[in-house]
Amino acid sequence: MSDRPQPKPGKPGLPGLIKGLAVTAKNLTTPSHTAEYPDVEPSLPPRSRGVIALVQENCTVCMLCARECPDWCIYIDSHKETLPAATEGGRERQRNVLDRFDIDFSLCMYCGICVEVCPFDALEWSPEFEYAELDIKDLLHDKERLSQWFATVPPPPGPEAGAAEPKEVAAALRPARPRRPVRPPAGGADGGAAPPPGEQA
Amino acid sequence: MADALEVVVRVVAVLAAFLTLPLLVGQTEHKVMAHMQGRLGPMYAGGFHGWAQLVADGVKFMQKEDVTPAAADRRVFRLAPAVALVPYLVAMVAIPLAPGVVGAELDAGLLFVLAASAVGVLGTLMAGWSSANKYALLGGLRAAAQLLSYELPIVLAASSVAMAAGTLSLVGIGEAWRPWWLVWQAPALLCFLVAGVAELQRPPFDMPVADSEIVFGPYTEYTGLRFAFFLLSEYAGIVVLSALTAVLFLGGWHGPFSDALGWLWTLLKTGAVAVLVIWVRVAWPRLREDQLQALAWKVLVPLALAQLALTGLVVVMIS
Ligand code: SF4
Ligand code: SF4
Repeated sequence: MSDRPQPKPGKPGLPGLIKGLAVTAKNLTTPSHTAEYPDVEPSLPPRSRGVIALVQENCTVCMLCARECPDWCIYIDSHKETLPAATEGGRERQRNVLDRFDIDFSLCMYCGICVEVCPFDALEWSPEFEYAELDIKDLLHDKERLSQWFATVPPPPGPEAGAAEPKEVAAALRPARPRRPVRPPAGGADGGAAPPPGEQA
Repeated sequence: MADALEVVVRVVAVLAAFLTLPLLVGQTEHKVMAHMQGRLGPMYAGGFHGWAQLVADGVKFMQKEDVTPAAADRRVFRLAPAVALVPYLVAMVAIPLAPGVVGAELDAGLLFVLAASAVGVLGTLMAGWSSANKYALLGGLRAAAQLLSYELPIVLAASSVAMAAGTLSLVGIGEAWRPWWLVWQAPALLCFLVAGVAELQRPPFDMPVADSEIVFGPYTEYTGLRFAFFLLSEYAGIVVLSALTAVLFLGGWHGPFSDALGWLWTLLKTGAVAVLVIWVRVAWPRLREDQLQALAWKVLVPLALAQLALTGLVVVMIS
């Protein structure tokens, strides 16, 4: 235990009153740093969650995002299209075509689960946040509107300094593995296959 | 004929002061408060530093519907804002800016000003009583209690200066003032200011209004212009209190070049006191009802009485 007297927190009295005057006087003489938002654009970090952008070409209509969304505010409709066989006698293929992709931003709680869960990077966060509407109906963004937001998605930030290399880069830089010797098949009647080139002579 | 003209000029001058000075205090309060609280809201209207904020407020008040509650005592309810506002106009008549620069030079000026400005609180009481609203009534009762407790220190503190100067005339007190009175009458000055702010029901003494617990006290039912009049009477009250403090305790027109610029000194000192009143509002929290009463009866009244005794002693020793 220290024998120094501890200051009592929030003790009322004259010193407190004078302190109050001092604080307000200091505020009076120092300019405030309030962000003047409508006049001055705020500088947002690149990963801020403003609105969700959609890359239509990437979406395979797997429905993961719509199912994981806690608010169920993603609405997806699609139909199947049959592609003719690429080669003669080949198999016809089917693929999903996106008819409708809506996100209702009056329900969305910006949890980001849909962006995380999409296996095909079809959803991205954009920092744009100024899409207030006079009618709540207009907060339902259709796939065209969601696609337009993609222009505002900032490029992903590079890896941190000193971070481990991304897996694909590391794999590409690794030296090629030496060829493994092929063992001759055991017990061939005709003396086996030709020995590997290194073992001749 | 010349006398009549002089009367007209004086009345017009007092009226002009009454119409401009409270607004000036209001504007100052907007700006000072905004700076002290780091707010930008009041800095917006009209461009430079939000100069038009008060005009915008006025327009807003005028647009609002003038509501009188069905159960209210209509005549009293409608009269209350005027009763709150006009006494300060009457009080201003007798406050001198310099010898000669005064609406009416009265022999008992101090008594007149104190009596007139005390009537202003009656408006609050009328509002609280007639609104047919229990919050308003509660606020009115609190106002009455506050008025009772703080009228005494004000009168005691003021009579201390009057005793020192040997006159009740405000001009006389101003003339008799000496710089060393600043020390001699300092407790009285403190009493006078604190009790004066309490009379105006301004923070930290805004227990009767207490917007967070009894909605808005006596003014709960008021809207539009009538409400604005109550606000205006608060600012007029600040002007009267500050001017009175400046003349009684701060030497009014005494200062360099006081022959020609005496009125300016009085105005400057008034302004300084008004800023202090605003500053206190921003810096301090509201007193509880019991603290409020305790401050009046346990601190201010004994202090004012002690000051009175000291003043009497010194006056007797000097003469
Ligand atoms: S951010 Fe969350 S709430 Fe909004 S659409 Fe995606 S999953 Fe749904
Ligand atoms: S998770 Fe991605 S790919 Fe699947 S439906 Fe949603 S946006 Fe399309």
